[in-house]
Amino acid sequence: MTLARAKAKSDSEGLLPAHFTRWFAARGWRARPHQLELIARAQARENALLIAPTGAGKTLAGFLPTLIELDAGRRNLAGLHTLYISPLKALAVDVARNLETPVAEMNLPMRIETRTGDTPASRRQRQRRHPPDILLTTPEQLALLLGSADAEYLFAPLRRVVIDELHAIVTSKRGDLLALGLARLRALAPAMTAVGLSATVRDGDELRRWLAPQTADHRISMASLVTAPAGASAHISMLDTRERLPWAGHGALHAMQEIYAAIAAARMTLVFVNTRAQAEAVFQQLWRINDGNLAIALHHGSLDAGQRRRVEAAMVEGKLRAVVCTSTLDLGIDWGDVDLVINAGAPKGASRIAQRIGRANHRLDESSRAILVPANRFEVLECRAAIDAAAAGEQDTPAAREGALDVLAQHMLCRACAGVFSADEFFLEVTSAEPYARLTRKDFDSTLAFAATGGYALAAYDRFAKIKRNRDGLWRIANPRVAQSWRMNIGTIIEAEMLKVRLTRARSAKTNDGARYTGMLTRSGRVLGEIEEYFLETLAPGDTFLFGGEILALQGIVENEALVNRAHGESPKRLPMQAGKFPLSTYLAARVRRMLSDPSCWQHLPEQVAEWLELQRRFSALPGAQNLLVETFPRGGKFYLTAYPFEGRLAHQTLGMLLTRRMERLHMRPQGFTANDYAITIWGLDDIGARLRAGNPSTGALFAQDMLGDDLEEWLDESALMKRTFRNCAMIAGLLERRFPGKEKTARQMTMSSDLVFDVLRRHEPDHILLRAARADAMTGLLDLARLAAMLSRIEGRIMHKDLERISPLAVPVMLEIGREPVYGEAQDAVLAEAAKDLWNEARGA
Amino acid sequence: MSGMPKLTAQGPAASRAALLRIADVDCLADCSGVMFIPGAQALVVADLHLEKGSAFAQRGLMLPPYDTQATLAALTRVIAHYAPKLVIALGDSFHDAQAGERLGMESRGELKALASGRDWIWIGGNHDPVIPDGLGELHSSFTLAPTTTGALTFRHEPSPALLNASSAAGEVAGHLHPAARAVTRSGSARRKCFIADGSRCILPAFGAYTGGLSIHDAAFNGLFSEGAIAYLLGRERVYRVAAAQCL
Repeated sequence: MTLARAKAKSDSEGLLPAHFTRWFAARGWRARPHQLELIARAQARENALLIAPTGAGKTLAGFLPTLIELDAGRRNLAGLHTLYISPLKALAVDVARNLETPVAEMNLPMRIETRTGDTPASRRQRQRRHPPDILLTTPEQLALLLGSADAEYLFAPLRRVVIDELHAIVTSKRGDLLALGLARLRALAPAMTAVGLSATVRDGDELRRWLAPQTADHRISMASLVTAPAGASAHISMLDTRERLPWAGHGALHAMQEIYAAIAAARMTLVFVNTRAQAEAVFQQLWRINDGNLAIALHHGSLDAGQRRRVEAAMVEGKLRAVVCTSTLDLGIDWGDVDLVINAGAPKGASRIAQRIGRANHRLDESSRAILVPANRFEVLECRAAIDAAAAGEQDTPAAREGALDVLAQHMLCRACAGVFSADEFFLEVTSAEPYARLTRKDFDSTLAFAATGGYALAAYDRFAKIKRNRDGLWRIANPRVAQSWRMNIGTIIEAEMLKVRLTRARSAKTNDGARYTGMLTRSGRVLGEIEEYFLETLAPGDTFLFGGEILALQGIVENEALVNRAHGESPKRLPMQAGKFPLSTYLAARVRRMLSDPSCWQHLPEQVAEWLELQRRFSALPGAQNLLVETFPRGGKFYLTAYPFEGRLAHQTLGMLLTRRMERLHMRPQGFTANDYAITIWGLDDIGARLRAGNPSTGALFAQDMLGDDLEEWLDESALMKRTFRNCAMIAGLLERRFPGKEKTARQMTMSSDLVFDVLRRHEPDHILLRAARADAMTGLLDLARLAAMLSRIEGRIMHKDLERISPLAVPVMLEIGREPVYGEAQDAVLAEAAKDLWNEARGA
Repeated sequence: MSGMPKLTAQGPAASRAALLRIADVDCLADCSGVMFIPGAQALVVADLHLEKGSAFAQRGLMLPPYDTQATLAALTRVIAHYAPKLVIALGDSFHDAQAGERLGMESRGELKALASGRDWIWIGGNHDPVIPDGLGELHSSFTLAPTTTGALTFRHEPSPALLNASSAAGEVAGHLHPAARAVTRSGSARRKCFIADGSRCILPAFGAYTGGLSIHDAAFNGLFSEGAIAYLLGRERVYRVAAAQCL
């Protein structure tokens, strides 16, 4: 043995075969301790969780044990050895490509293949008959394979499952489905172990439990934990703008010159924003000032897939200087040599921002560089809190989920499609998956009844059952059509109702009033992409909006297409849905509240912001870390109530709905409300302040937790958000089909019928399992009820009411959002600035 | 984000219906989705689609089996309100030809009770070209042909060639399930609706599981003159909006 080889062997403590060590050395690398530890865990046949920062060789760590095992021929069976699952099909393809290098260079004897929705049918069939050694795929493809008659043959030899970006998967229903799939895999391949690869999370134990089979005796079992050391800490700064900080809005348009300068000074910049609308606006503004003609591109989920692929390819080739993007680029692949990340707008969460920052410099030893650009004054506080959280290394990833019943219903069909099963054994298997470990047998049986016949009290559908119990007590599918329909409707990702955006022949804007919809519009032009239907719901014909970097005018909606033409030389009139999908995290909110209540923290804030808070302290009061500040004041002949819960837009909207209902009942004549991530304001014709002073009602009574009782139930009856939630559950559970075999049903018609089903079901069977599933979603989803409930309980007995003579400084931002159509463009900004100035002067008593 | 305005009633209970005129016959477009013709004491209802839920269940989509119950309950309420001498069902009253076999005993009884003491005309539609079995005396009033009463012709599918100027007669039809989205400054709402000009009215579908088709869909092309009005169904009243202003 040469000296070099002996040294290499001692380095890796015998875990890494010599030719692997040589391969590392040839590239100037050494196997990292966490990579070696994961090999040791694999050899001990343990489930394992690897938590590692971006750039730590996470994926290679996940695969090394597989490569070593396959190379050593330590296999009893031929067939599939390792299954790799990624949330993104592009990531699966990318990882397969990256694996080819070590496999080819070390001449390892193994076949690696991917399987995604794009894989041709012939290859998929071949993969089932002659499986590769390593298969890289997505959670949906895994479910399809598990529901095929070949599942047993295919998965029996399986030794390892590697789940990438585990932290991102487990927070959604996709994670529930994958957890059930994992339990199924364990039943088919008892020797299999699972490895999860994750970014840093708030609570690693949750992921460790997720990876390990749980037992009926409720003793918690966990996967082993392997942690890679954190990389160089990121260099995060907040843009110290020379401009006047806006009071409201999310576009950060005031800072475009400064953002542009930062782009010009860097090699390659990712500019993250929170919504498609913001991406459009920022992109348009950057090009307006792009004197250097820098290659700046746009990337978001609504753009045509071909266009996105072109942008990604250009990034990899280093042809771009900046990409303005949404969360579509949050995860996964290295799209090139990014050296700067700019986050325009609110960070929303500490972990979210940490991961975005991790997109710069995928090398551990160099620190990533990031600039946070707050778009308004509250966002300054949020950015400050996020920077402090990053410095403290704190995380706020969402808490673990309880498994959704609609997902379980879908998985039950999957199980039945694969072959007959016993309900008792299946219950044990399902509850071995951590999200379902606390599922009761009663709920399991109700879900099974739902999957079979709809599970209604009125047992009208027994003869139409999809799955039936034989005389031997085993369940099976009733006919092959059931399997076909299940395959067509698989997965937990329900697309929002999308409309294609199609260019049509321009019509004269002067002569088209009234006659716009008589007769067919010409549907001749090309499709520019897709847009959520509810984005368009607030547009009137002729209104202009930004899409794909262009200003378009809506001509009309025909079937599932929005017909538009190019509107030259105008500012877009409207941009619906300005706020992001993600509410401010509870953790950041708490930090912001602490910062607000403690003036000694303000020295780290821009002067304009500190001055604003100081005025608030003098004219009204500062919200405390735990209490709720409620202000009342008259303005323009109306009376306002403004509260500052800092619980995120979704919870605030729900609060607004419930508070206005309660005020209506108390004859306080509320007229409307507006909510943002930080505050809510309600206005009406009655002197709300006087009523509260007189204790009619008291502030405590107004904000009492019992608003989550009858008021909530009544509101849910008609809430569009609840109906959308129900629709998703109904489709996941297989109550409604996304596509009928042979004919596409458009989402527009589907929405209509899911609303009708919701109405009928609520009236006739309010405790039906699907309504329970929808309510469980509403707790954390679009209605964020859990957070609202926690807030109401936190502030009980701690409400500080300030009855003011005029609007307070802190109320200015939320007041500016009243009745305001989200607008971008210079003309609109001028109007806004004017309105803001008036309010500000008023607040100061000037 | 602001709270959306709701389409809820403001006016007195008497305004639950809007007056519209077809071939100079006064008709009321009721917020439940039926039409009442005071002159003839006739109530017109379109597209009940009874037993649609069980039709889906046959194909493996287990929709709640309460739609027939819900539809008949709503129909019972509006018939009690207007106490018509004549009911005209404009076709697609039953979701398919086997709907009668699946119809529960209770629902049969309800149907018969509704029809007793008044005239009832079932016009056949594309979903129910024959009246389902087991409905007793209801059979005698089943017809596939359009029915004419005075100046108005009642039929399932609107006739394509009504818009010629010589025709003085009016038409009342169903089949298309019209719906429209009204847009205001502060939001929009999509509802089932009547759509009418002076010579024709298409009724919204009444059934609990019947959806809506946009009045701007190609299926409505050439059926209405430019000044057509949509009557959107609110909870307690009907909202009159020019069809051209709906999205």
